[in-house]
Amino acid sequence: MTADTPALRLEGIVKTFPGVRALDGVSFSVLPGEVHALMGENGAGKSTLMKVLGGIYQPDAGKIFIDERETEMKGPLEAKANGVMFIHQELSLAQELSVAENIYLGELPRKSFGRVDWDTLYSRTDAILAKLKVGFNARTVVGELSIANQQMVEIARALTVDAKAVIFDEPTASLTDAEKVVLFDVIEDLKRQGVGIIYISHRMEEIFRITDRISVLRDGEYRGTLETAATNEDEITQMMIGRSLDLSRNHEHVELGPVALRVEGLSCGHLFQDATFEVREGEVLGFYGLVGAGRTEIAETLFGLRKPTAGRIILKGEEVTISSPIEAIRKGISLVPESRKEQGLVLGMNCRDNMTLPQVGDLTAGPFVSDGAEISIYDQYRDRLQIKSPSWRTTVGNLSGGNQQKIVIGKWLSMRPEVLIVDEPTRGIDVGSKSEIHNLLRELAKQGYAVIVISSEMPEVLHVSDRIIAMYHGRIMREFTAAEVTEDSLIHAISGIAGDAA
Amino acid sequence: MQNDTVKKLVKNGAIWAFIVFQLVFFEVAGQWWSLSDSAFMDADNMLLLLKQSAPIGIIAIGMTVVMINGNIDLSVGATYALAGIVMLDSMNWPFMEAMGDAAIPLAWLFALVTGCVLGLINGVVVWKTGVDAFIVTLGAMLGYRGLVFMYNGENPTYHLNWTMVDIAEADILGLQTPAIVFLAVVLIVWLVMTRTVHGRNAYAIGDNREAAVNAGIRVGPHFVLNFVLIGFLAALSAVAFYSGSGSVNPNDGMLFELWAITAVVLGGTKLTGGRGSIIGTLGGVIAIQLLRKGLGHIGADTETVNLVIGTILIAVLFLDRQLNRKGAEELKV
Amino acid sequence: MADTAMKSLGGVLARQGILVAFILFMVGFTLWNPRFIDIDNVFGVVRSSAILGVMALGVTFVVIGGNLDLSVGSMLSFSAIVVLDLHENPAFGPALAIPAMFAMTLCLGAINGFLIGYLRLNSLIVTLGMLSAIHGLTLTYSGGQNMDIANQNDTWFDVFGRGSALGIPIPVLIFALLAAILGILLAKTPFGRRVYAVGGNDTAATFSGIPRARVVFMTYMISAFCVATAGLIQASRTMGAQNTVGQGMELEVLAAVILGGASLLGGSGTIFKTVIGVLILGFIQNGLLLAGLEFYVQFVVTWIIIILAVWLDIATKRGKLWSPIA
Repeated sequence: MTADTPALRLEGIVKTFPGVRALDGVSFSVLPGEVHALMGENGAGKSTLMKVLGGIYQPDAGKIFIDERETEMKGPLEAKANGVMFIHQELSLAQELSVAENIYLGELPRKSFGRVDWDTLYSRTDAILAKLKVGFNARTVVGELSIANQQMVEIARALTVDAKAVIFDEPTASLTDAEKVVLFDVIEDLKRQGVGIIYISHRMEEIFRITDRISVLRDGEYRGTLETAATNEDEITQMMIGRSLDLSRNHEHVELGPVALRVEGLSCGHLFQDATFEVREGEVLGFYGLVGAGRTEIAETLFGLRKPTAGRIILKGEEVTISSPIEAIRKGISLVPESRKEQGLVLGMNCRDNMTLPQVGDLTAGPFVSDGAEISIYDQYRDRLQIKSPSWRTTVGNLSGGNQQKIVIGKWLSMRPEVLIVDEPTRGIDVGSKSEIHNLLRELAKQGYAVIVISSEMPEVLHVSDRIIAMYHGRIMREFTAAEVTEDSLIHAISGIAGDAA
Repeated sequence: MQNDTVKKLVKNGAIWAFIVFQLVFFEVAGQWWSLSDSAFMDADNMLLLLKQSAPIGIIAIGMTVVMINGNIDLSVGATYALAGIVMLDSMNWPFMEAMGDAAIPLAWLFALVTGCVLGLINGVVVWKTGVDAFIVTLGAMLGYRGLVFMYNGENPTYHLNWTMVDIAEADILGLQTPAIVFLAVVLIVWLVMTRTVHGRNAYAIGDNREAAVNAGIRVGPHFVLNFVLIGFLAALSAVAFYSGSGSVNPNDGMLFELWAITAVVLGGTKLTGGRGSIIGTLGGVIAIQLLRKGLGHIGADTETVNLVIGTILIAVLFLDRQLNRKGAEELKV
Repeated sequence: MADTAMKSLGGVLARQGILVAFILFMVGFTLWNPRFIDIDNVFGVVRSSAILGVMALGVTFVVIGGNLDLSVGSMLSFSAIVVLDLHENPAFGPALAIPAMFAMTLCLGAINGFLIGYLRLNSLIVTLGMLSAIHGLTLTYSGGQNMDIANQNDTWFDVFGRGSALGIPIPVLIFALLAAILGILLAKTPFGRRVYAVGGNDTAATFSGIPRARVVFMTYMISAFCVATAGLIQASRTMGAQNTVGQGMELEVLAAVILGGASLLGGSGTIFKTVIGVLILGFIQNGLLLAGLEFYVQFVVTWIIIILAVWLDIATKRGKLWSPIA
């Protein structure tokens, strides 16, 4: 095997689902000892492609080659037997079983009568764990490990076989910086052993740090492969979204109204401490920080979903306590939550009912819900937000992500809040809807709403905010105005070194 | 971490602590209030207790396995009755009668096969249709009960064979056959669940089904096997019981499913699957039977036993949740 | 063209499959035996289904709200025993016995609702515990004795179970009236909407400012109210009751609700569909009896129908007949 024989090659993979062509002739190859990034927007087909590769889906057409040998992936076991290993984004571990049992799940060593051969199991596992230099052993119960250590268990699983190709699917989503370093070392190690690595991630910084080549998918189609060293973020983004997304910095100047919400020294246990900030009418306040920095938790506290352990909330000059979402809504705070499907929508309900849910008690004629009042609200916000749905009777679960998000936003706008909090406004939605939602947020501020936007995407925060608050480890590190903020200073602030830099 | 260990200890030990508490309480209460002139913790009494808990106990062991898998089986009571009927009725068939006592093992075999087949039907339906086990076995609970009635109308089925009764009432060290069968089932299934690949896979599937599928475990056949197991155990329970009693009523075994589930939950098995233990279920079964006997011992109305067990079940659930709370920082949803 | 016609037919079947099946079943049986659709026969069926039906109406609320209620069977025994006992108690008499029984049954519902709604305990286990506890309570209350009304000619109590108005049996009237009221409550009021929201996604409902705990609590109160009504019909019809009169009914009731198409996961189902589910069970039983078969044959038929109904429902949703389980 020479270096230019691909470890893994895909040729013309097609996969259709009823009504959707999820993969449309995807071809690319991974060389041994190469880290190959696979990029694309959500819904571009990355996860479908990986499921085809893992034998969970059968392709309608196309071939898979391993070491240039055509291979049919009939099921997960086949993939494993052929040396294709996955490290899943969502941890696929059984919490009550030991580390060793998880690593060898599906192929526990056996003795007579179907008994587990524990000695072999534990000694094999400990040998693998030694390579990873982790602080737990084969007998540890997985549920007792931190998320990062659980991720290491997933990685250890990939090392049990003589892997030809290892696929990392968003592996750093829940890792700390120190843990990332360990992960990157492991990847480096695999690389040296001549394993081909597919690395799926949205984080440009990591992509440029560890990958050799980048392949891009868009709408189920293969758009090309680039040498990492010879490209830049813009080029990749262009390929991913097919056109450039306007993420120019926000420099508009809007007349600000009075302070709508002021928060002083708000804390909630170890989740966040001593948060002090204010937001004015006509202003978009951005919150930026890593997942777990406490941004979402502040929003949840303001919405009455968490009980603050200290601090004051002053709404329109008046100190208030908010102990439930019902109270928050009554006092004029609305929250478009982080997770559309889990927190934002009742997926089995129709569009109209979802939109009017918080106020259905007020839309009545006598004791009954007034159909007319509901439909008029729905129509109003459908037009205003340009929601594309066949009818108000359509089940929300059947809409695209962007339209679903607009339903959630419409739901809260129709409550006419004083303060609108939007957590991750564009997570998992297509580019077109993304810029529509950005424009909408700016528009709302112009109309005099006080808007708080929480986002993990820096361009988004920079694009929509008048001011930006950077958070790290539950604390507000720094506050920037749109004029003074730079990408560097923002990154510094959310990495916990802002104090020195500022 | 320290805290977790304590919690774990409390959780796994709670049922046994409760059993000890009951033993002491009923012993002391029995003497103190002179409600009873005999000792409660008497060896014969305890051996009898094991025998009496056998019918529900054997089924509860099977239920534990199915629930660790993340499924449930509501049809066990009807399976129990049907297996009993097949066993006793088959003894009346001419060719079986001609065989004399040699027909006994054959009758047992017929009963056990009946249980396995009924379990197989449930398992295959769950596997192939993808309908939730709760609904499948809820339907089967009605359907199998219908079969019970169709067999012999509303009449009881009986056959008294003294050899069979002798076997059922034989004892080793004071332990009667049903108790021995029960303990053997506990031991074997415990070994299966802790030592074998099948047992470990059962936990993995209940805990994280998708992970198990991704690891190449064939979930469908695994489910089927466990439904066959619980069908077999329900039939075994019938064999152990009806060999001695010699008569089956078509309404026998009603509510057995609920008693078995109660014992399993008391023993610490999680409803959503992935966690549970055979030994815990043994504890749950003993605790329930102890309560029955104990309340009788101190002269309380035996009727109150249902009240007490129901209350305890809810209390256990409440305590379990309190132990798992994350404290004040919890999201209020 | 034919293809789209087939598709829309498929759509109708998927949405109203149970109704279509019901109609086909009725037509088939009527062709075979015209007596089946005879008005007396129909009233007879509905009357004998009324107790199960009234209970199913309440359980529909609980199931749509995403929970289970396994305590309705023993609660029925409780309410029947209590109302009969109080009826015989000179301090109460029928006029006071009925409201007192309703109040006591509602208390049991409140316990369910408190534990499941406010304390967020698992409904399967709580109501399983309540099944046992209420059974014990009933036995303790009655001392294990059956209850009978001694002087049956001297009371108007039998009107709920045996009476009729305008030629319609009272149990049928109660069932129909309650179905209409609860149907409107569920389909047309803000409360009904909230029940669907809580059952469909309780997190999203909480994030929308819906008082989840109160909604769940109310579903159990409605369930208890329906059980009390069913208990009244039961006691009045037989003018006496055993401690175990409702034993096992919890699962039959649930079967009717599921047959009507409510999902155990919550968030779907309607009162109308539940009524259809109840009627199907009732007419199957009746049809089989008319065919000269024993009552227990219906158990087997019900088994097959429930599994087929749920199977077809989820098969149309996933677009595949066989499950994807490996």
